[in-house]
Amino acid sequence: MSQPVPDGKLLILIPAFNEEGAIAGVVRSVKEVMPGVPVLVVDDCSRDATVTLARGAGAQVLTLPHHLGLGGCVQAGYKLAFELGYDYVIRVDGDGQHDARDIPRVFETLRTSGCEMVIGSRYLENNGSGTSAVRTVGIRFFRIVLRPILGKTVRDPTSGFVGVNRNALGVFGRSFPLEYPEIEALVVLQRRRFRFTEVPCHMRPRRTGRSSITPMKSIYYIVHVLLGVFVNVLKYERRIPKQSRRA
Amino acid sequence: MTGVSVLLIILVLVSVRRARIRVEYSVAWLVGAAALLFFSRARGLLRAVADLLGVTYPPLALVLMVGCVFLLIFYRFSLIISQLKDDNIALAQRVAILEYHLRMMKDHAAS
Repeated sequence: MSQPVPDGKLLILIPAFNEEGAIAGVVRSVKEVMPGVPVLVVDDCSRDATVTLARGAGAQVLTLPHHLGLGGCVQAGYKLAFELGYDYVIRVDGDGQHDARDIPRVFETLRTSGCEMVIGSRYLENNGSGTSAVRTVGIRFFRIVLRPILGKTVRDPTSGFVGVNRNALGVFGRSFPLEYPEIEALVVLQRRRFRFTEVPCHMRPRRTGRSSITPMKSIYYIVHVLLGVFVNVLKYERRIPKQSRRA
Repeated sequence: MTGVSVLLIILVLVSVRRARIRVEYSVAWLVGAAALLFFSRARGLLRAVADLLGVTYPPLALVLMVGCVFLLIFYRFSLIISQLKDDNIALAQRVAILEYHLRMMKDHAAS
């Protein structure tokens, strides 16, 4: 199960908010699969024992002074990773939904594909990684919306299991959506003509806690993300010409 | 409307005096309230403006103008709040990162 870490400095980033029921197990499973790779838990001002348990499991912890939401939390981790000189960062959710055994596949694709972002997708293979009916409808809706914007279909645009390289880290350190960031982040990268790909991964039901997106919040989520997508599409001034991107 | 505008001016001035509103953020309110006071007293001018706007009832034109002024004020404050939120997030992230570095240095010194 354990795999040696190839060339390239990798950090595993775990955003967490009140995840005392799952965080220690998540950190241990990541360390088991990727021994020697540093694990950074970004604690979004949890009120429970998340920080203590994460440290006890062997993770470094970045503690935010007050609650920023998922986007601000992940961005703080990206900023620190960029400052510390990491070449790659793979984000794994702190609720135990992502299978750490998929990390090597994401990392290998990140290293070899030349893509700035690699998304762990639960829909590329029929591996039994189901999700709720409401979420499935939402994902299908955003697939249709994103297809013409991104120029290709993203099977799992809401996945939080994401790997990014240093180019993307630099961009996300300056500009990262604050609420429900996954979908908007794709558009942010596309505006800079960065590339992304998906690899199959397994997702489990969350071990503890509850999703922040309740059925009532789903409508707000759709409106918010749609607005964010189109605002990012309109940011033409931030586009970088294709020929200068690799300069 | 005269009473409302006078009350608004007093309220803003008292808030500024008690340092509950910063002077730079009181200006928009005071200008809006002063404009409201001026048009509520200058009936002839208000009638002319109402004719210009095609409004037959002059007080309605006053309400319309007040609405427009306060929409602009709200827009300006939305810009300010957004900027403050961005600054707040960046500061919180910076504090967290500095604390992280500090902890690493302490751990390194202790080991």
